[in-house]
Formats: sequence, C-alpha cells, structure tokens
Amino acid sequence: MVDHLPALQVVLPLIAAPLIILVRHRGFAWLTTTAVSYACLVIAILLATRAGGGGAISYAIGSWQPPLGIEYRVDALSSFVLVLVSLTASFVAPYAHRSLGAEVARDRHYILYAMYCLCLAGLLGITITGDAFNIFVFLEISSLAMYVLIALGQSRKALVAAYQYMLMGTVGATFYVIGVGLLYLMTGTLNLADMAIRLQSVGDVRPVFAALAFITVGIGLKLALFPLHQWLPNAYAYAPSMVTAFVAATGTKVSVYVLLRFYFNVFDPAVVFEELPTRETFVVLSVAAMIVASLVALYEHDIKRLFAWSSVAQIGYVTLGIGLDNEAGLTGSISHLLNHGVTKGAIFVLLGGIVLRMGTARVTVDSIVGLGRRMPLTAFGLVIAGLSLIGVPGTAGFISKWYLITGALDRGMWWVVAAVVVSSIIAFAYVWRVVEAAYWRPPPAAAEPYGEAPAGMLVAALGMVALCVYFGFETSFSIGGAREAAHLLLGSAP
Amino acid sequence: MSAIAGHFSYGITVFLMVAGLYILMARANLLKKLIGLALMQTSVYLLYIAPGKLIGGTAPIIAEGFERYSNPLPHVLILTAIVVGVATLALGLALVVRIREAYGSIEEDEILERED
Repeated sequence: MVDHLPALQVVLPLIAAPLIILVRHRGFAWLTTTAVSYACLVIAILLATRAGGGGAISYAIGSWQPPLGIEYRVDALSSFVLVLVSLTASFVAPYAHRSLGAEVARDRHYILYAMYCLCLAGLLGITITGDAFNIFVFLEISSLAMYVLIALGQSRKALVAAYQYMLMGTVGATFYVIGVGLLYLMTGTLNLADMAIRLQSVGDVRPVFAALAFITVGIGLKLALFPLHQWLPNAYAYAPSMVTAFVAATGTKVSVYVLLRFYFNVFDPAVVFEELPTRETFVVLSVAAMIVASLVALYEHDIKRLFAWSSVAQIGYVTLGIGLDNEAGLTGSISHLLNHGVTKGAIFVLLGGIVLRMGTARVTVDSIVGLGRRMPLTAFGLVIAGLSLIGVPGTAGFISKWYLITGALDRGMWWVVAAVVVSSIIAFAYVWRVVEAAYWRPPPAAAEPYGEAPAGMLVAALGMVALCVYFGFETSFSIGGAREAAHLLLGSAP
Repeated sequence: MSAIAGHFSYGITVFLMVAGLYILMARANLLKKLIGLALMQTSVYLLYIAPGKLIGGTAPIIAEGFERYSNPLPHVLILTAIVVGVATLALGLALVVRIREAYGSIEEDEILERED
C-alpha cells in the first residue's frame, strides 16, 4: 500500500471524477471531492517526508521499468509542489459547497466537482511524473478541466475568457509537445532522467535549441510569463470564486515547475544559462511583469481583475528567481510558489465570501465601501493577505522576496533590487485602495447590512490567511523545502 | 536536391504548423480559429510519425524474413495526442456554440463590441 502512494496520488482524484458524473448528486459530489482532496494532502505529506533528505522515490507504473515504462518520480522539488497543490485543494474543496450555491446553477454542481477532481489529478500528475509525454497528457487533462471550470462562471464573459484561454493554452501545449518531439527525435527516450543523460552525447545541435525554444514559449504561455499573460486576467476574473482561488494558487505554479525541471534537470544548465541569453531574458521580462502588471492593477476597478493582474506581477517574482540562476534566487522563486499560492488563494477565497454576501459577481473597489464594518473578519483577512502580497516582514510574502533580493545582490544586480522595491511600493498602493475603501470610506446611508460570510467559508478563508502569517515565521518547510529543491536543481550538495 | 527530398516531411510539417498558427492569429471568426488550431495540432502528428517510419520496415513482429522494423512508439504517442486534439476541438466547438447563444455572434470584433 505504502509503496503505491505515488500512483494513488494521481489515481484517487482521477477515479473520483467519473464516479461523481455517474452518481450525479450534488452532496455526494462535494463530499467525495473534499475526501479526495484531504487524502491527496495526506499522501503528498507522506511522500514529502519519505522523499526528504535528498532521497527520491521512483515508482514504475504497471511495473514497466524506466526508461521504457512511465516512471513516477518524487524528489525534493516535486514533493514541494505536490504539497502546495493538494494543500490548496483541501482548503478550497470544503469551502466550495456554500460558495457555489450562489454562483452556479444547482444542477451543474456535480459537473463542476468532477472537473475540479480532473484538474487536481492533472496538476498532481504533471508534478509527479518523470516522463515528458506523460507531462503533456496531464497538462491537457488539467487544462481542459480548467477551461470548463472557467466557462461555468456567471457572466457570459466567462465563455469568451474560457475560449481565449483555450486557444492560448492549446497553442502552449502544442508548442511543448513539438519541443518534446524534437528531443525524442534526438535522444530516442521520453524519460526525463534518461533524456538528460543522452542529451549530453548529442551536443549543441540545432534541434535541441529549437526544442528549448518551443518548450520555453509553450510553458511560458501556460505560466503566464509576461508578455504571454493575456489570457490570465479575464480567466481569473470571470470564473466562479472557488475556481479562481484554486487555479490562481496552483495552475501557473505547476507550469513553473515544468520549466524548472527542463531548464535544470533535462537540458544542460550551462548551455541554457551560459551560451544562451536566458538569464537576461528572464530577468528583463520578470521586471517588466513586476512593474507593468502592478501598474495595471493600480488602475483596475474590478477587484477580482485587480488581484488577477497582481498575479501576473507575482509570477514575475517567481520567474525572476529562474533568471538569477543561483541558490538564493531559486530558493526565493520556489518558496514564492508556495507563499504566493497561499496568499492569492486566501484573497480569492475571501473575495468569494464577499461575492456571496453582495449577491453580485462584479465586486468593484467602490462597491466594498464600509466592508470593515459589514464583514469585519473578511476585511481583516484581506488586510493580512494584502500585507503578505506587498511583502511586509512577518508575512509569507516577505520571506521569498528577501531571498530574491539576496539572489539579485549575489549577482550584483542592483537595479533588480530597486525594481523589486518599486514593484512592492506599487503593490502597497493597490492594496491600499482596497483597504481604504473597506475601512476609511463611510458606507452609504441606505446600504442594507449584510453579515459575515458563512462559517464554513470563513474557516477556509481564515485558515489560509493564518498560513500567510505562519509561513512568515515558521520557514522550515517553505524555505527548507525550497532550498533542498534548489540544491537538487543546481546539482550542489546541501 | 536530395537534401530537400530527404526533408520533405519536415517541410510539410513546418508549412502546416505555420499555416495553422497564421489562421489562428489572423482570423476573427471563432470557428476559423479552431480550424487553424486543429491544423497546427495535425502538424505535430506528422512531426512524430514521419521520422518513425522506415522505408521497407514492418510492424515490430518477430517472424521469419522480417529484419527492418518501424518504431511503434511514435504511433502510440500520437494516438494519445489525437485523442487530446479531438477533446480540445470538441470543447472549443461547445464553447463557440455557447458564445453564439450568449452573444448572437461568433465574430471576435462583434463580441468585444457587445461586451461593455
């Protein structure tokens, strides 16, 4: 049983989805989804403890030995991402029941839960598999489920957002599979570890560079690397609240994982970073994302879109660490996956409560005036998560930014440090707009009082807010795990 | 000349891919965009399958008189990719139907006009 944990990690949510479709019952669907999410979290934590200390678990699917068969591989990096994905899922799933009631027609709930399980299976599958083509299959499983989840939003704009995301996402996945195809032609293997060994004897030939380019652009589309982010704001803004919370915390992060895997473990990092201008490209694009997307967020009225643009900026921090290509930078980058996932998850979960109580999917900065008095706990949670977004000491966001700045200083890039600071100041400005509306502007006199969000939703929301603070002080998992993963990527001893 | 003939399949692959991508970007009609997308995915099928075929090679069955085998793995991979492509296309078409119900149009500029 314990030996089969890597397979169960993916198989559980994968089986839950058709089961939910067959039973077609809303309550059953919710209970199954919640149970599966918690089971996944337990499995992910068990795997993380077993794979800890530099070890790795290799699992041969169907007992076909790698490199011929498909290998599931859990090491320091993948176990970190597995925990992030299943942790978010186990916060969002119990919360979904009340949130969906207000946003999606009741007879469609079971479809949404089935898609949620498929999406979870896909994301976990991408992370755990050690096979390049298998990554593509799971990428498409999670993406197709995600398009449906987004299209289930209330507004008709959700349909257009899902369509646009589908076009760009499919182009991204196709580019990725072209890259893998070229690598397969050159090496004759699909197993990532085997591919890395065989690529060494292939040398620097044009198909390998073409594969690198296709994979970079393809995965760049998926992770919303600036300027390939156009699908993201609308997709986040018009999806149902629980979907936004889940996708924002996990979707792009898993794509970052794939990019890290290819850059450091499959291709020769010396070729990627020394011979090609990857470092400069990533640093420049990341800084552009941090500044430009934050500025757009500053002028956005719709709160969900505001925080969606802030996600584009925060992905800039993550990719900045890749561009810095040193231990501190990568540690910051990988820990920011978790820290930003928790922070953005908390914000969108809280916004779901506001959407439920206001009875409208379109929440603007002006419509939340007086939120501090009407929904004190929600408003308070928003402030804490906002502080984490800015990167105030004592919150999760500070820790990863600190490592990123250290990484930039190690490279002697002072202007990058300045850019991080400027971006944080802009983040402060757009978070302040929300806080100012919630606390300092008096509510309109005729406004009807609406109470706090339902307890079930509030527990999930405040739980995630608590994590924002927890990871700001207790960093043995967030930084410890990330540092171990960075060592693994850089191939250095811990 | 032989270099061109030897890389014939790659030429077709590149042409299909670029043509698909062009349709996808240049056309405002949501259906035509999907056609472009499907064309682009088809080019990937060719990219995998063509190099896997050995002229005169047979399926990898051990029997008397057969010594040249074609690699079966690309075919299997592309069977999976075709399934993924069909699913994507089906979902895309379903979304276009829903968009037409909601907006009364499948032209991108008209939809954007009616959004605000």
